[in-house]
Amino acid sequence: MSVTQEAATTPNVLLEAKGIFQVFGSGSGEITVLKGIDLQLRAGELTLLMGPSGSGKTTLLSILGCILTPTEGHLQVAGKSTEGLGAEGLADVRRKHVGFVFQGYNLFPTMTTTENVMLALDVRAALVADAVSTAVGALDAVGLAHRAKAFPAKLSGGEKQRVSIARALAGAPSVILADEPTAALDAENGRAVMALLQEVAKDPTRAVLAVTHDHRTIPYADRIIRIEDGYIAGEERPGETGEHGNGSHAAKKRRVITTASKALGGHYRIRRHD
Amino acid sequence: MQANIDTAGPLATKSGAGKPKPVKMAAKLAYRNLFHDRLSLTVTLTGIVFAVVLIAIQCGLYLGVERMIAAMLDQAEADLWIVPLGTKSFDDPTFLIGHEKYAVLSTPGVESVEELVVNFANWHKPKGGITAVLLIGSDHMNGSLKPWNIVEGSINDLRAPSSIAVDDTYFADLGVTKIGDVAEINDTRVKVAAVTHGIRSFTTLPYIFTSLARARALTGATVNQATYVLVRLAPGADVEKVRADLTVRLKDREVMEQAEFRQRSVDYWMFQTGAGASLISGALLGLIVGIVIVAQTLYASTKDHLPEFATLRALGASAGYINKVILIQALLSAVIGYGVGMSVTMLVVRAAKDTTMPVIMTPGLAVLLFLLTIGMCALAAVSAIFKVTRIDPAGVFSR
Repeated sequence: MSVTQEAATTPNVLLEAKGIFQVFGSGSGEITVLKGIDLQLRAGELTLLMGPSGSGKTTLLSILGCILTPTEGHLQVAGKSTEGLGAEGLADVRRKHVGFVFQGYNLFPTMTTTENVMLALDVRAALVADAVSTAVGALDAVGLAHRAKAFPAKLSGGEKQRVSIARALAGAPSVILADEPTAALDAENGRAVMALLQEVAKDPTRAVLAVTHDHRTIPYADRIIRIEDGYIAGEERPGETGEHGNGSHAAKKRRVITTASKALGGHYRIRRHD
Repeated sequence: MQANIDTAGPLATKSGAGKPKPVKMAAKLAYRNLFHDRLSLTVTLTGIVFAVVLIAIQCGLYLGVERMIAAMLDQAEADLWIVPLGTKSFDDPTFLIGHEKYAVLSTPGVESVEELVVNFANWHKPKGGITAVLLIGSDHMNGSLKPWNIVEGSINDLRAPSSIAVDDTYFADLGVTKIGDVAEINDTRVKVAAVTHGIRSFTTLPYIFTSLARARALTGATVNQATYVLVRLAPGADVEKVRADLTVRLKDREVMEQAEFRQRSVDYWMFQTGAGASLISGALLGLIVGIVIVAQTLYASTKDHLPEFATLRALGASAGYINKVILIQALLSAVIGYGVGMSVTMLVVRAAKDTTMPVIMTPGLAVLLFLLTIGMCALAAVSAIFKVTRIDPAGVFSR
């Protein structure tokens, strides 16, 4: 069965990679970084991609984000195969279906937070009635409406990462890929950002993948994929190991969300459904 | 209990009514990139202003010189000019053989004829000293070429015996200062009866206007001799046919259309003497220097913002979008640089107005310079675009 056929028959699969190989260099300097990766990202899930340095996480993220073309293998994003696409074709897939959250935030220093989000809307050729209101709405969704006119230099690391998430959400992409989203943050802001990504992933039309070294992010994950030496070394679903008791995964998730909400100073728009 | 954050994406945020439209941020990003680094902007603008001023002045000088060379031809009204064979320019006069006027008048299609006497002469200054002048003798009553821009006296005053008109910008060279001053041309007494302003020759020899008959007398020409014969055709006459007929009738003379003689005169002084080449090479130098400076600073600015362009690329920006940002940066630089450069140029134009080398600025030249500046900056942006096209968007990830 081809990747396209399989993805079409698997419900909620927004990204599927099959048989991904990535080779860098040639001759005696040839290095195979990825050695046949199969991976699916499903809607409504926050997946963590964990592994030691040099295991191929970032290379895999580049391929999944249509930034790098794999040496071999197939990739399908939101039902669209990337096979045979050139640089502009891949940019088109990114523009329409992929949002990125970077470790270093990568905000535009000369633009306000609102303008950073508006820039993403522009790049994605989004059609909106009122660009400013839409961008402020995105900032509001990550608890930063009150920082709408601030420049990145005036924001804390946590705030910058939340702007980065708001920007990733601009244009409503199917897949959000986060590269070490907590690496540059202190524990409290790291928790807040992970809680936010967790909530973002609850959207039934969206899948979130975060590459991370940070073990403190595990409680937020719906699924963890471990990569070692270019192979998928294992996959687990923390929620499936036990749902009851104070120490269960579900209970831990509730605690971290509450902690995150406090850390964000109540700016989250949290809705509770009992 | 379930906690939920409204993260359905900003597009889910409905904010008021209104037709959905694209968000336009490329120009704002370009503007911010440009103005973020004031020092770099200053260097860029300095380069553009330098180039604009240099090109504008060189082109303005070229126009000034061209107008100076062709001043008499632009003032005269003729369909055809009959000139001595081999004449290089209006300011390179020798006498025609003679009797051309009658041959021309008897040619079918000719309506009227005007004779001009143009010749070098010696001017004896009232207080001593001799200088060369170019004497222009014409029919001041019925002819087309007569003194213009008269600031003192009148055309009628030139009817009086021995009267001449001089230009006030040559007063110092001629040793006269006012109407009534007396000097000698080729040892014959003349009197200043009218004063013009701004009629200067490219050769620096002062023009002296006088009547046709007096010019003949002063230069020793016969009553049937002239330097040039201006021909005006009857309505509906075929210029080429009349020209061909005149060429057959008038051996050892040339028959040219007015535009042709003008171009020959301009080409002679501009290109055969090398004067124009230096002006054109100066303008080209300004263009090259401008392109190099703008390209260098735009390249440096792009390099400074390379991580941001890589982020844009990672976000899905097309190469066209990124090129647009760089081009807008270049065009903004061009517009500002042009504005400042033209302001400086206009000061130079004003300062050079009554000098021996006037700088001319016309609306056409201003538009041409604007387009040239835009083109120069767009060309300079190519190096920056070339750099950006080689961005690896994977650089946005931690390694």
